Amino acid sequence: MYNKQHLDPHDDTSAQRPDFMPYQNNGGTVVAMGGEDYCIVAATTRLGLGFAIPTRNVCRYAILNDRVVLATAGMYADTVALHKVVTARVKVYQQQQEKPFGLFSAAQLLSNTLYYRRFFPYYTFNVLGGLDQDGQGFVYGFDAIGSGEKVKVVCNGTAQALIQPILDNQVEKKQQYENKQIEKWSLQEALDLVKDVFTSAGERDIYTGDAVDICTVTKQRGVVVETFPLKKD
Amino acid sequence: MQLRIPSAAVKAQYVDPTQVVVDPVRHTTSPLVTGGSVVGIRCCDGVVIAADTLASYGSMARFQNLSRLVKVTDNCLLGGGGEISDFQEIQRLLENLITKDFCFNDEHTQSPRSVHQYLGRVLYAQRSRLNPLWNSLLVGGYTAGQSFLGMVDLYGTTFESEVLATGFGVLLGLPLLRKAYRPDLTVQEGIKVVEDVYRVLFYRDARSINRIQVATATEAGVTISEPYSLETKWDFKGFVNPRSPYDESTW
Amino acid sequence: MSQLQGFGGFQFDLLERNEKLKEKGYQVPTARKTGTTIVGVVFQDGVVLGADTRATSDTTVFDKNCEKIHYIAPNIYCCGAGTAADTENTTALISSQLKLHRLNSGRESRVTTALTLLKRMLFRYQGYVSAALVLGGVDFYGPHLYTVYPHGSTDRLPFVTMGSGSLAAMSVFESKYKDDMSRAEAEQLVYEAISAGIFNDLGSGGNVDLCVITRGHTEYMRGYAKENERLFRKPQGYSFPVGTTSILSSIFEKSLAHTPSVTDPESSFSMAVD
Repeated sequence: MYNKQHLDPHDDTSAQRPDFMPYQNNGGTVVAMGGEDYCIVAATTRLGLGFAIPTRNVCRYAILNDRVVLATAGMYADTVALHKVVTARVKVYQQQQEKPFGLFSAAQLLSNTLYYRRFFPYYTFNVLGGLDQDGQGFVYGFDAIGSGEKVKVVCNGTAQALIQPILDNQVEKKQQYENKQIEKWSLQEALDLVKDVFTSAGERDIYTGDAVDICTVTKQRGVVVETFPLKKD
Repeated sequence: MQLRIPSAAVKAQYVDPTQVVVDPVRHTTSPLVTGGSVVGIRCCDGVVIAADTLASYGSMARFQNLSRLVKVTDNCLLGGGGEISDFQEIQRLLENLITKDFCFNDEHTQSPRSVHQYLGRVLYAQRSRLNPLWNSLLVGGYTAGQSFLGMVDLYGTTFESEVLATGFGVLLGLPLLRKAYRPDLTVQEGIKVVEDVYRVLFYRDARSINRIQVATATEAGVTISEPYSLETKWDFKGFVNPRSPYDESTW
Repeated sequence: MSQLQGFGGFQFDLLERNEKLKEKGYQVPTARKTGTTIVGVVFQDGVVLGADTRATSDTTVFDKNCEKIHYIAPNIYCCGAGTAADTENTTALISSQLKLHRLNSGRESRVTTALTLLKRMLFRYQGYVSAALVLGGVDFYGPHLYTVYPHGSTDRLPFVTMGSGSLAAMSVFESKYKDDMSRAEAEQLVYEAISAGIFNDLGSGGNVDLCVITRGHTEYMRGYAKENERLFRKPQGYSFPVGTTSILSSIFEKSLAHTPSVTDPESSFSMAVD
């Protein structure tokens, strides 16, 4: 705890206090996948802290409107703060402009919100998913300070290194040199894939477990949330 | 309490604590007088929150009859661990909040959930100034036939759960609370559960005492019990005579 | 340094070099830890030892079903927490010494002998051999249960827990332990304690292993409870058609594996020329 370099050189008395570290890692994993006419955004519900599980059921996603969903892994206090800011901004926009907030605008808003805190970042790893104007599913993945990319499928959080390669291989056919034909995933197939990668990650990543909230965005039904159980160990 | 955009000076302060002189108004960077675990459990007819009555000064058991449970409104209660002076500051903030509501005279009061969110924002704002209120808080309440139990920590992390604990209680208490929890658990049963938890904490947490208070929020309102002592057992055979039966050694 | 090799113990030849590498910023590889729940309890006529089965490296699960209850002697077993290699080798070393002692003396090993050997070894290494152990067994003098800390201190108690899940497990013991339990009661208590570790401590997980030792009888129950089986599998699975991996170039060579050796005088086969 006490580190010599933390000692004030002008004060050799007992001013030996550990400096406050404002960050905490609560783990968690988020996945988003866009399809022809749907989008899936999923987030685990375990809140981890060191080797403890303070609670098994937190909400790591924010439904911005009936076609855009944000999901966030990382520090949970920052996650809640970020979700409050973004949902408030979206609501104010929709009230003032009397039109829904689009997926691309949400991505830009999120990026700006994160970069605004460039030198005291939100310790959050975001994915944003939804339907564009044509009703086609797209997702964005972001780092903690707002660098983002529009993609077909993305994973962020503590199990990223376990899940992203599988998604790349299955959805984008990466490493399948003679099998490059990209298939269209039906909503059911995509849900099965998402459930499978979370179940697999739960086997090997200690911060991924308990349950995963899966938000499905479609034009007909808006956002529907399903809670899918994972192992509790 | 205004939000400050992080300037280069603030950043430097965070990286290099020898520059602390830039901002002389800082409160807790390490806690002095501290309270231990707080535990709570939601019941079908209310909520139970308990705390022991010890405030430690480092490793000294300094104040042995200090209450860490507070009535916030007629249906909301608060339990706090961590730095006691910060906890008392939080009590003052809540009193202001409740007084303001009273002065409006519009019969509106803070719901337990809004008290929880308020505390979450206050503690998050303070941690964002690198000047945290060094506490872990449990908020409990009972409104419109629904019990509420939420937690806030010094980082401003907020969440709700059926069973909650802070400090050492996370490690020693939560396993017991999770095992004991049922959706149809009554307040009377809940009190027995938290008593069991505090007995275990007294056995194994060096910063604890076997004197506790139990608070409940039910249809009848908020009650906070007088402090009372828990029965403990120290006369298991292996404790009375830990020696090996043949060579008299404790090896 | 190498003239000391014949005297047993560890080799420290590379210590100085490694310290220098560390100073220059070399990332030292991390050992596999068993963030663990291990427990033991004494009952009427024996001891029950219990362990979870998760081995981790940082936040990744290395082994979902490893064995943490190690054999010491037919009447003595030992649960290990800490660095996996240290617990495995320390228990194996003491087990071997006890076997030699049994062969020399013709008598059953005593638990206190195992304990003394363990604590002497761990004290000698000043905590650098990070093995935290729960040692249990039944000998001529009855059931014994001890904990051994990495620095070599030991404790004799009626119920003990170790590892990162020790607090979760201890919460169960402290609220439910009683003197003179039956075997079934003790098994149930140990199972509940390990379960508490598995479900509340992130360093512990997988199955519950149990080992019940009574006078003249040892029962090792691997997978006593399996409450963490995989919950879901993608119904259609994953298929990779032949040709998924592209062939960039091919060379064909004659395999020598099944050709009888020319130099083999026993060979009754005629020389295979293709």
